[in-house]
Amino acid sequence: MSTFTQTLLHGNQRAFKPETLTPLQKLTLQYVVFGLVYYGFAAIEGMLMRINQVQPQELLFPERYFAMLTAHPLVGIFGSSYLLVFGAFTFLIPYLMKKPLWSFRTAQATLWLIVVGVITFWLDGFLTHYAPLYTLYWPLPADFKQFNPVSGAIFIVGIALVMVGTALFVLNVFKTITYTPPGWTKQPAGALFADSLGLTTLKRFFQGKLRRDQPQDHLVSLPVAAIARGTVDVAFNVAIILFSGILILVYMIAEISGHSLKTTLVDALLYKNWYWWGLDLVADGLVLVFVAGTWYLLASLITGSEVFMSRWARFALGLELVVSWTVWSHHLLSDQAQPAILKVGSGEMVTAFELITQGLAFFITMVTLWKARPLQMTNPLKFLLGGLLGFALAVPAGIMQADAGLNRILHNTQWVIGPHVHVAILVGLTMTLYSAVYLLLPMLTNGAKLWSEKLASIHFWTHLVGGVGMGAFMGMAGLQGMLRRTIYSDGEYLPYMVLAAICGSLLLVALACFLVNIVMTLGLNGALGLFKRSTLPASEILPGTDLATQARD
Amino acid sequence: MNPWIHDIDSVTVLWGQTIIYTAYCLAILSLMGWFALKLSGHDSRFVPGPRTFYLWVGFLTLLGVSLHLITYNTIPWVKDDLSGNPNVAAAFDLSIGNHAWQVPGGQLDVPCQKLVRFSVTSDDLTYGFGIFRKDNSMVTQMQVVPGHPNDLLWTFTQDGLYDIRSTEYSGPAGYRIIAKDAIAVSGCGK
Repeated sequence: MSTFTQTLLHGNQRAFKPETLTPLQKLTLQYVVFGLVYYGFAAIEGMLMRINQVQPQELLFPERYFAMLTAHPLVGIFGSSYLLVFGAFTFLIPYLMKKPLWSFRTAQATLWLIVVGVITFWLDGFLTHYAPLYTLYWPLPADFKQFNPVSGAIFIVGIALVMVGTALFVLNVFKTITYTPPGWTKQPAGALFADSLGLTTLKRFFQGKLRRDQPQDHLVSLPVAAIARGTVDVAFNVAIILFSGILILVYMIAEISGHSLKTTLVDALLYKNWYWWGLDLVADGLVLVFVAGTWYLLASLITGSEVFMSRWARFALGLELVVSWTVWSHHLLSDQAQPAILKVGSGEMVTAFELITQGLAFFITMVTLWKARPLQMTNPLKFLLGGLLGFALAVPAGIMQADAGLNRILHNTQWVIGPHVHVAILVGLTMTLYSAVYLLLPMLTNGAKLWSEKLASIHFWTHLVGGVGMGAFMGMAGLQGMLRRTIYSDGEYLPYMVLAAICGSLLLVALACFLVNIVMTLGLNGALGLFKRSTLPASEILPGTDLATQARD
Repeated sequence: MNPWIHDIDSVTVLWGQTIIYTAYCLAILSLMGWFALKLSGHDSRFVPGPRTFYLWVGFLTLLGVSLHLITYNTIPWVKDDLSGNPNVAAAFDLSIGNHAWQVPGGQLDVPCQKLVRFSVTSDDLTYGFGIFRKDNSMVTQMQVVPGHPNDLLWTFTQDGLYDIRSTEYSGPAGYRIIAKDAIAVSGCGK
């Protein structure tokens, strides 16, 4: 057997031994596997749509194209980003708090509910072409002239499964932070809860005790505080999406049973407000809070030092949470019936705070790295810098479109989805997640050795150039008037779309490099071994660190 | 309103935005490149402290607020857009439903350099009302929400024929809701 085949089967230097993994390590890696599979779905769909933007394809006739456009962001966010982030946090909270996970079974349920939910709505969209887009502008999801109510109901059930799984994640996060494991001394649940949400810091701020000369003791670390605060937005988002889903489902069930309901019973603008309030808690809430927290964690792990101005970092995380509850109206700047006070107050002014909160996270992370020089340019550091760059590019682009004057000519153009959304997600968020994967890989695999540094380097550059380039060319087309959510068949924006497609293909190359590297690192047998039951206790986070036993001792 | 503002249209604004954002992108890319190179060395004496941090907070605050103040005072349509203006030279009513525009008379004759109002109603779904030049660039747009008034105030600065296109997704049936040459602007002499 050749060396290549040996490595393919057994991993690099046979260093990865799945039988040594704890249940939590295995579960976390299962989250990562499914997260990457769904990232592959989203990437391939994205590339197909890029090709369609260059030249409309017969296979991608409008019904199928828009079904794909509906599934693409949902698979990308729920199937990929949520699984990667939830998996990482399910491991990190017990690891950082040195405390067993509240419920291992709940974490397993979260994984499988999201996996099954995503494949349900994806398959439904693929087979039946239910395509109201993720925006679900009323009354489109209940427009039964265009969509079959049964296919719509299956789609909504798929989304609901994801939301139930997500709600269980929320429960597990807060219970793990606050509960007292069996045999442990009683934990101060209320104080832990308050500290994790920033209420302690807020109290100190108003008491004038947030100064440098005042001691700042905290019960939960900065990354755990970030996870907790982002999880608040996750919870609100679940509530709004489930509520909207039930409303749509009522219309579908009524239609199926032959009792059509009037869509005018629901006010389209009011619906748009509450739906965007909830939906925006993802884009302008939990993503930004989670990313800031992850930057702080990565920076402190890479440098081995405390985060610069950590008390302000903690305060900014709380501020970002409050800001995220009040920014939704920037999505309604082109809705003329929306009150001007909401457009200016929520849409422009409060949204501008995101420049401040995210700018602070950027600055704090950069200075933390700077103060620890000289640093070796490792994969986690490279990808962290890429993630920082992504948000440095995408947040100002978002602030510009959240301006009443500019929104009039940018709303729903490729500018919004290119330089803002795709650069934020693909470069900012995904590169931050890749940084975490490269950093945590040795810890989660008990010392597996990365197969190829060269492939990791190609992964970095192709992803960075592909992500930034694709966003840039989409943005240029947007400035020329190219809309999102439509099909152009006369080559109106051909040069930009060709260049964006080339950059999109670089992103696929990046993913292929990463997947090959990971498979060769773990080996196919190793990857399969992740799905075999661990013989170690669930309270053991890393081998030899059974926290339940230690506490009792 | 300053007289020079009358000559500013969306093309000018978008050019301004392109220049500013491109310059910013080049600056941040250069900064990150320089930062990455410097991280592996220790030849700089500059170590940021709390003072630098507070200056950065002040800079971000100033930047966030000033953007909207600048656009409010330089982009001509913002004030009318936010506060409304009943003094219009002409008003046009349109409707959209079943994925098709209903343009009275098939074409609207719009005076140039005069404030006009477009009132668009939707009979069924949420759509968008976008006005486009012949080179496909956008003049302006708004959302068209069913059950609500959707009024757009606008001043054209160029004579010519313009297309109307729905700028919002309304299902697979509505990806190309276009009314060609639906607006004819005249009176500017250019």
